[in-house]
This record gives sequence, C-alpha cells and structure tokens, in this order.
Amino acid sequence: MVRGLLLVRLARRAEGRTGRVDRAGRIGRVGRVGAVFLRDLTAARNLGEALLLATGLLEPLLYLLSIGFGVGGLIGEITLADGQRVPYPVFVAPAMLAASAMSGPFMESSIGFFAKMRFRKLYDATVCTPVTPAEIAIGELLWSLAQASLFALSFVVIMTAMGLTTVTGALAALPVAVLIGFAFGGLGLLLATFLTGWQDFDYLGAAVFLMFLFSGTFAPVEDYPTAAQVVVHLTPLFHGVSAVRDLTFGSPGWGLLVHLGYLVGVGVLGLWLASRRISRTLCR
Amino acid sequence: MPEPEPLIEARRLVKRFGDFVAVDGIDLRVRPGEFFGFLGPNGAGKSSTMRMIGCVSPPSAGTLRVFGRDPVADGPAIRARLGVCPQRDSLDEELSVRENLTVYARCFGIARREARRRAEELLEFVQLTERARDRVEPLSGGMKRRLAIARALINDPDVLMLDEPTTGLDPQARHLVWERLFQLKQRGVTQVLTTHYMDEAEQLCDRLVVMDRGRIVAEGSPRQLIDEFSTKEVVELRFGNERTDAVAARLGDRLTGCCERQEVLPDRILLYTVDGDATVDAVHQRDATPSSVLVRRSTLEDVFLHLTGRTLVD
Amino acid sequence: MLHPAVAAFEYHLITYRRTWRGTILTFFVIPAVFLVGMGWMVGGYVDGSSGNGLGASYLAYIAPGLLASTAVQVGIGEGTHAVYSGFHWARTYHMMRASPLTTTDILTGHLGYILVRVTISATGFVLVMGLLGTLGGPRGLLALPAAVLAGFSIAAFVFAYSATISEVALLDVIYRVLVVPLSLFSGVFFPVSRMPAVGQVLAAISPLWHGVELCRAATLGVPTAWGVPAHVGYLLLWTAAGFLVARRAFARRLTD
Ligand SMILES: Nc1ncnc2c1ncn2[C@@H]1O[C@H](COP(=O)(O)OP(=O)(O)O)[C@@H](O)[C@H]1O
Ligand SMILES: [Mg+2]
Repeated sequence: MVRGLLLVRLARRAEGRTGRVDRAGRIGRVGRVGAVFLRDLTAARNLGEALLLATGLLEPLLYLLSIGFGVGGLIGEITLADGQRVPYPVFVAPAMLAASAMSGPFMESSIGFFAKMRFRKLYDATVCTPVTPAEIAIGELLWSLAQASLFALSFVVIMTAMGLTTVTGALAALPVAVLIGFAFGGLGLLLATFLTGWQDFDYLGAAVFLMFLFSGTFAPVEDYPTAAQVVVHLTPLFHGVSAVRDLTFGSPGWGLLVHLGYLVGVGVLGLWLASRRISRTLCR
Repeated sequence: MPEPEPLIEARRLVKRFGDFVAVDGIDLRVRPGEFFGFLGPNGAGKSSTMRMIGCVSPPSAGTLRVFGRDPVADGPAIRARLGVCPQRDSLDEELSVRENLTVYARCFGIARREARRRAEELLEFVQLTERARDRVEPLSGGMKRRLAIARALINDPDVLMLDEPTTGLDPQARHLVWERLFQLKQRGVTQVLTTHYMDEAEQLCDRLVVMDRGRIVAEGSPRQLIDEFSTKEVVELRFGNERTDAVAARLGDRLTGCCERQEVLPDRILLYTVDGDATVDAVHQRDATPSSVLVRRSTLEDVFLHLTGRTLVD
Repeated sequence: MLHPAVAAFEYHLITYRRTWRGTILTFFVIPAVFLVGMGWMVGGYVDGSSGNGLGASYLAYIAPGLLASTAVQVGIGEGTHAVYSGFHWARTYHMMRASPLTTTDILTGHLGYILVRVTISATGFVLVMGLLGTLGGPRGLLALPAAVLAGFSIAAFVFAYSATISEVALLDVIYRVLVVPLSLFSGVFFPVSRMPAVGQVLAAISPLWHGVELCRAATLGVPTAWGVPAHVGYLLLWTAAGFLVARRAFARRLTD
C-alpha cells in the first residue's frame, strides 16, 4: 500500500518533469555557442593566455617595422604590375594584416582545437550538455575570430596613424581581415580532424610559414616564376592579401569579389565538413 | 497499480565499433527514483552503454528511449535533463574549481547569477568550498572526482549518470563519494552507476545488472542476485605457496562433499556453503591442511564468479 | 668512469634518434627556404635599386645573419617545451633526480644535447649557404662555430625560464616576445645602424646581433663592430651566466 502510494508520487514527479523538458532544453543555438565562447573568455583570464592575447599584435607589427621599414629603407619604392609605384611599407603592411588575421585563427582552430579535443579531452564533458559538436566548433571559431578582430583593429589603426592607408581603406580592410580569419579558421578546424599527433604540428607550422612567405607578401606575385604563380593563386592567403591591398591602396574592381568569394567558400566548406567530422570524433 | 513510465528504456540495444561488438543486445529499464547499477569488469561495455544513454554515442541497433525520447533525434533536449559524470573526469584544467561549474552551467543555459548560486551550493555539498578559487590540476584524485560529480549536478538533473565514480580513489575518498551519492538517493535523485567493485554495487544500488562481454548475465537487487546465484556463506582456503590447482588435484573430491560448490582461483579455493563453520570443520576432518581459513558472507563478486568463471577485478 | 652528466646527455640523444625527422622541416628546410625566398625575392628589389650599400648582394648579406638566427632559434626552441615537459609532462628530470645524477649533471647533460642540436642545424644551414655560393671561401666556415656559440649562449637562460613557469601558454609567449623581435631586429635583414638609438642599444644586448656580426665577418670578410674577441667574450659571458641561472632554477624545481 505504502509502496503503491510512493509509486504514484514518483509517477507524478516524473510526469511533472516531463513537462520541464522544453523549459530546461530551451537554451537555443546562440546560447550554446555562447557558452563555448564564454569558456575561452574565462580561460583567457589566466596569466599565460592573457599574455598571449596581449602580445598577439606584436608579431605583425614587428614584421612591419623590420621588413616593411627596415628592409624597405633599402628598397624605397617598388613598381607593381600595373605600373603603380608604392613605398615598400605601404606594400607590405596589408600583407602583414592579412597574415596575422590568418595565423591566429588557423593555429587555434587546428592545433589548439586538436589539443583540446584529443589531448585534453575538454569536450568530452561539453558534449554531455545540450551543446552539440557543431556548436563547439562554431564557438571556438568565434573566439579565435574575436581575438583576430581585435588585433586587426589595432593594426589598421597603426597603419592609418603611420600613413600607410587612408581611414576609408582601413575601415574597409577590417571586415576583410575578419573574413580571412573565418576562412582559415574553418580550414583549420577541418585539418584538426585529420591530425594524429604532435609531429603533425610541425607540418602545419611549416605550411603557414610558407604561405606567409609566398603569398605575394614581400614581393608582387607577378614577379614570381610562372609555375609558382599558379600554386600561389590557390592559397587562400594570396586572396586575402590581394583583397586587403585592393582596399588599402589599390583600386577595388571585380577581382576583389573573386578574392572575397574564394575566402567565403573556403571558410564555409571547411566549417561544414569539419562539423560533420568533429561529431564523428566526439560522438562515436 | 501501473508501473511508472521508465526514465530509460533499452531493447536489444547494440553498440559496435567496426566489427567489434561492445554492447551485445541488452534490455533494461530504469524507473524514477531508482539507484540503478551496471556491475562488470573492464571492457564489459558499461561505458559504451552509458554513453549511448547520455546521447553522445549513437546506438548501432536496437531501441533506446530516454525520458521517452529518441537520443539520436532529441539529443540536446535529453542531455539538458541528464547529469553526466564521465569515466575520465575531463575537468577543465585551465579554469578554477568554481569556474568549472559556472562555465558548465552556461552550457545548460543557466543564467549567470543562478549558476553562481548553484556552484556555491554544490561546492558545499562536495566539500570543495575552500578550494573554489584554486586551479584544478593540483587537486587530489578524490577532489577531482567530487568536482566532476558536482558538475554533473549543476543542471539539477532528473537522472545522474556516474561512470565508475570511485575507481582509483583511496578508501577514505571512496567513502566520502558514497556518502554524497547516498544523500542524493535520499533526496530522490535517480542515479545510474557503473562499477567493477561489488561492495559499491551492493551498498548503493537498488537494482543492478551484471554485465560481461557486452551482455547482461543477471539482473535484480543485490540481495536477490546473491540469493539466486550464490550460497549464504563462503569459505576461503589458502595454501601458502602451493599452487591451488595442484592442491585441488591432490585433494581430489575430498572437498566436494563439504560444500555445495567449489571454485579454484589462482591464489585460493572458495567453498560455497550454507553453513561456513560446519564446512570448516569438515575441511579439517578431511586433512586438507590449508594455511589459512576465512569464513565470510557471500558477495556480488561470488555471483559474478559463478556466472562467468572469472573475478571482477584482476 | 664516465661523468654522470654523460648519462643524461645520452638519454636526450637517444630520444632524438626517434624524433629527428620532424625537426628537419622546422630547423633545416624552413630556414633554407626563408633564405632563398627573402634573398631572391626581396633581394631583387634591394639590389635592383643600383647598389644596395651593404657591400654584398642581399642574399650574401642575409645568409650569415640567418645562419646565426637559425642557431639561436634552435637554442631557444629546444629549451622550451622539452624542458617544461621534463618537469611537468614526461617528468624526465624527476626520474633522473631519483638516480645518482645531481641537478647540475641533469642540466649539463641536457645542455650538451642542445649544443649538438644547434651544431646539426647550423651545419645544415652552412651546407645550403655553400650550395648558394654565399660562404665566401674557406674562411666562411668559421661562421659555423660562431653561430653555434650564439645559439648556445641563450639556451641556458631559456632553460631557466621554462623551469620557472607553470603554465604552458607562457612558453608560446616566449616566441612572441623573444624569438620574433630577436630575429627581426638583430641586424639579420638590415644594418642595425638604420634603427633609432634605442633599437641599436637593444640589439647590442641581444646575443644574436653579436652572432650575426661574427658570422658576417667570417663569410664577407668585413670588420665587426666591437672586434672579434669582444663579441666572443660577450657570448661566453651569456653562456656562463645562463648556466648559473638555470642551475638555480633547476635546483629549485627539483628539490621541492
Ligand atoms: N571508441 C571505441 N573504439 C573501439 N573500441 C572501443 C571504443 N570504446 C570502447 N571500445 C571497446 O569496447 C569494449 C567495451 O568498452 P567499455 O564500454 O569502455 O567497457 P567498460 O566501461 O565496461 O570497461 C572494450 O573492449 C573497448 O576496448
Ligand atoms: Mg568504462
């Protein structure tokens, strides 16, 4: 009899709780992506992460000062394919902006994400919440983009202050930098699902460095050997650098749309494929 | 009186990894308020089952319903009501103890202030309030485990899933965990636990299934299982350095008469009997000359041994 | 009997036998590609503007600089994660500490290994320089010991840093606040005299600049800023001071 009553009560409770499903499970996609973002933001309060954040601007800026101005002092002006002559720092600065917009999100999405997923098993707990693997990927990507945007903003401010571009050019280049980050973030996430261990990190680092060096960064692509030009046209960074140059000192034309379209394509495709593969890794 | 709707229900549930069958067609029901256990050795398929119930591992075949819903279609909604403490703690080493709870709470859409309130409450519950601001890395294994349990409770779950919550902990830490789980049970929280410790299953579980090689080999309350598959008492005989199989061969069937059943393990011989003392007398009368004799009550370990011929922890 | 530090040294050497392939890319291919890329691409413009005023082609000018820079990067790079891991992940140092090895033995053994690594990388780079004809005759081979000294001189300080920190992210910070500025402003790509006075002072402190001066003297036959003995002495001073600092840091980590 007592047992019977107990069962009735338990049944009522279970019923009452069934009604709660939607209330508890109502956290939307945005909230779930936000939760992943918030996690990274919280971790960034640690000394090391904070310093990394604070020094993120350093690399492109130092390259600009050293190669752009230091070496640029030895060069003076260079002549572009269309005959336009520009001071070397003006030529190099957009490439530094693009390269820094690439490297942060790319490294964090590839190596960083891989380490969090495989070594630190960070997401093993996250997937037990309403947050889905795809939302984890998007949240992480947004976090790296947020950082990259911050660096890009500071960098265009510096560029403008140094007279390397106009205010309009800087304002136009900023969203392009974020788009570059998005493209490489998506690509990085996809690569993360193919990595197997530390040794692969070296190859990624090398790939980034090669792209950094040969995407028309320090010399106009038209001056490369023909075979190299073909390869360079395939790298997303080349399109990023070209797009930023079009906006900061060039004359934007239809080519700009091609560059932007290429970047959007790489990012969307990378993110889409990555989400599917990440689900398979985390939810076997 | 109709049975309450089960919170978890599986029929012919299968999990395959490639060709390997980790879970081989199991049936189970977990009712509201129940403390349900999976008892089985490593590799039995306990974690695989837990992960399927937790909607992080799609079933390969069979049907599974959690809160009456399909885990594949309704994963997020189901997970919103589950609290999961995975086999590996997978705590966030970059965050403080408290942040581990508050950040996790956000994944359930719990507002910031509420998250903080619950975190304080849970830290109190698992006795980690003093460590709230510390990093996770230097915590002891027991503390990390308690934090993982607290994290699993952050969304006030309808079912708490615990995968080997005390494995690797020292006896004191285990007892503290048990005590907390028992308190939750008293509050009416439904709990599902896996373990390869029979004492854990015996103390905590209302009902349990014994798993081996992906299959359920027995099901019932701890008492029922012991009554059904073992005898009331067990006599353990040890023979110093002599090999037990040699002893068994030497004694021939001299021991058979004094018990219902005997089991020869590498380090001892077990005699299953209704009356332990009588069996000990009989053993001495027959000149078996063991170096030590122990009479004890039957445990789930004996049930497992009887069902599979192997011990739980090897 | 062999000195106990040799045991520690051998341990690292044996590990290297399993991992050397991955390091070829980072410490050999990449610097070589960098040299060719910068030397030819950027060099085209530098040289093109009718006499660059550097006393050599841009390729020949940056080659010795990049040699020293590569050596320094190996010296720094090998003292970060490997050392941190020795205390925190693989805990090799703790393992060694449980043997008769003293803290100094452990440190010396590992530093000996760094010396080998720096030498291997620098030798590879010198080979590339030879192939590109930027060694400037047999005297240019003296750039090898100069680069090794520069790379080694900073290693112990990095050891000390890695032994002191307790957060991985701080290792990556080192790359940004040390490796990048050092390699960009130590006279590798352009003469430090083109920098403002503050930059010149900072460059003079950096061991890399001294290494670059020595290497350039060897391959181009140009005089150095302070004279060879002064540069070598300065680098030796760094080596010795770094060793003392690292020994203290190691002892502190291994005795608590
Ligand atoms: N992701 C996986 N891929 C391949 N095999 C797996 C995977 N997960 C578990 N297994 C295998 O399935 C079996 C059951 O594992 P598990 O469910 O973890 O057992 P338990 O938790 O009872 O120890 C083991 O033999 C294990 O090796
Ligand atoms: Mg398990």
